[in-house]
Amino acid sequence: MEPIRKHTGLVYPLNRSNIDTDQIIPKQFLKRISRQGFGQFLFFNWRFDSDGAPKKDFSLNDPKYKDASILVAGENFGCGSSREHAPWALQDFGFKVIIASSFADIFYNNCTKNGIVPIQLTEQQTQELIDHSESESYTINVDLENKLVYGPNDFSAKFEIPDYQREMLLNGWDEIAVTLTHEKKIDQFEIQRQTLY
Amino acid sequence: MDKPKTIVEKIWDQHIVHQEEDKPDLLYIDLHLVHEVTSPQAFEGLRLKSRGVRCPDRTYATMDHNVPTIHRHIIKDQVSKTQMDTLKQNCDEFNIPLADIDHPDQGIVHVIGPELGLTQPGKTIVCGDSHTSTHGAFGALAFGIGTSEVEHVLATQTLWQATPKTLNVKVNGQLGQGVTAKDLILAIIGKYGVRFGTGFVIEYTGDAIQSLSMEARMTICNMSIEAGARAGLISPDETTIEYIRGKRHAPKGNDFEKAAADWKALATDDGATYDATVEINADEVEPQVTWGTNPGMCIPVSASIPSPDQADSANAKDEIERALEYMGLEANQPISSVKIEHVFIGSCTNSRLSDLQKAAEIIKGKKVNPSVTAIVVPGSHSVKLSAEKEGLDIIFKQAGFEWRDAGCSMCLAMNDDVVPAGERCASTSNRNFEGRQGTGARTHLVSPEMAAAAAIEGHFVDVRKLTAPTPS
Ligand code: SF4
Repeated sequence: MEPIRKHTGLVYPLNRSNIDTDQIIPKQFLKRISRQGFGQFLFFNWRFDSDGAPKKDFSLNDPKYKDASILVAGENFGCGSSREHAPWALQDFGFKVIIASSFADIFYNNCTKNGIVPIQLTEQQTQELIDHSESESYTINVDLENKLVYGPNDFSAKFEIPDYQREMLLNGWDEIAVTLTHEKKIDQFEIQRQTLY
Repeated sequence: MDKPKTIVEKIWDQHIVHQEEDKPDLLYIDLHLVHEVTSPQAFEGLRLKSRGVRCPDRTYATMDHNVPTIHRHIIKDQVSKTQMDTLKQNCDEFNIPLADIDHPDQGIVHVIGPELGLTQPGKTIVCGDSHTSTHGAFGALAFGIGTSEVEHVLATQTLWQATPKTLNVKVNGQLGQGVTAKDLILAIIGKYGVRFGTGFVIEYTGDAIQSLSMEARMTICNMSIEAGARAGLISPDETTIEYIRGKRHAPKGNDFEKAAADWKALATDDGATYDATVEINADEVEPQVTWGTNPGMCIPVSASIPSPDQADSANAKDEIERALEYMGLEANQPISSVKIEHVFIGSCTNSRLSDLQKAAEIIKGKKVNPSVTAIVVPGSHSVKLSAEKEGLDIIFKQAGFEWRDAGCSMCLAMNDDVVPAGERCASTSNRNFEGRQGTGARTHLVSPEMAAAAAIEGHFVDVRKLTAPTPS
């Protein structure tokens, strides 16, 4: 995966809580066998009506967010199904950073395996970002190395991310290759664990 | 004496392959279940890097999400067919056992694992599916993973995992007559919300849990993820051991007795501590119905749909308003007045033999309401055969239900079993998200008994009213 250290991008606010992965990418699009091309289906049922025409009242269809690369949403983002198609769709659409007041565990993990930075901020901080980006074109900076988000209107927030996942993202490591450096230990473990039954 | 430990700590300690400070642990995975939707990109990843599958014998695959439940071999959707063919090719190429569409062991991945005896206490079990928590009913540490992790397990039989926090969900008292494990887990999520388990592994404890059958325990653990918890489990006891005895992949003879002793020793020690505890009283739980677009939006069948005015924040108000609009419901309307057009009895939550038996008891000698289309989809081919042996299929068919072949079916409507837009379904599955059962479809989660009762009446009704003994 591509390393990511710093990112500057336009914020797209999606002021909803409990956005589940069924909404991020509906099941009818999970049948492909490649990792690419899921962006066109992102938030499909929210973006398009039953005739396939873009819905005017869904904000992501607003041209002013066309170049957004940072999504900010309410709590429990990415709950529900474990489908990695959700981060694949977000990434393919152009999102590199997701900010929310909380994340579902599996989704958070899936982001970090794909070079997307999930950032948990407080409810107040996410609300601030949402308010700014709803009222004006709002570009912010993410510094993963220093665990910092900052932007205009004096916005600045520290965030936490487990060191291991931060390292993975910063270096774009192939996790399997890292694990295979411990292959001998896995062999040993298997030998020890040969139990009777 | 050693420090008392929870079952989670015991299983964890037994599976650490490698440990380093400030890093997650490298954990060994005993069993990896695979299905057609979340695996193709993982196998592709292996091929791109010329990697193999480390332990094909610890891997087991089936087809469930896409399979037709009627006219098994007419797969109209070519993309679905490609996905199933791809799984077959991948399993052939990497020597992985596969229960494909024609195999007698085929079924929903979380139904067949326990059925075959692959699911055992103390194992670490993963699958590219969030309802892997189901297997926790046996005292296994079982959790859903994404496709990158599927690839990682295929290649290394391990995962990097941070030590989880533990959450004790203590269920005191006993469930009343006509109140099921499904009602209990919905009531728990209704009370504490859809994220109280995030970051935790749940252990369900207490008298009410101990009295549950294995299949009821699976219903509970299945929905742990709906509370945000990746895994939920129950300490093994005699009920667990008797359920596993004689299963195909279970140890045999003396080995079984030895295993059983080890399994019992996994149970959480007296005095072990959890990172958090919540309690609920089973005596007070009534049959539940969800009214909204997440499983936490649920109420007792006797109650009325909440109003946005009751919300404690602007966001919560917004959420209720959006859910009411999507669901086509009015605030303060009694849930029992809500009419339905569809009934689905199935899914990894409620499609095992005992679920079908209980629904059949309600249906027996009655007719499905003319305004309702009702289907039963057994969780596995084996459940289907057992049910037919008991004549359950006849009971359902005579009542007007369709009797289908095994698969996920209308739980997520990836095959042709779809609820049309704007129509309403009483469903025994686990998710009532927008569009889950079809674009624009409206889902109400209930127990198999409540689904059966709704099928007969054409609207929600307290199943206990249908089963109450008539005074002589
Ligand atoms: S039955 Fe539903 S929840 Fe269970 S594995 Fe299948 S799609 Fe997922």
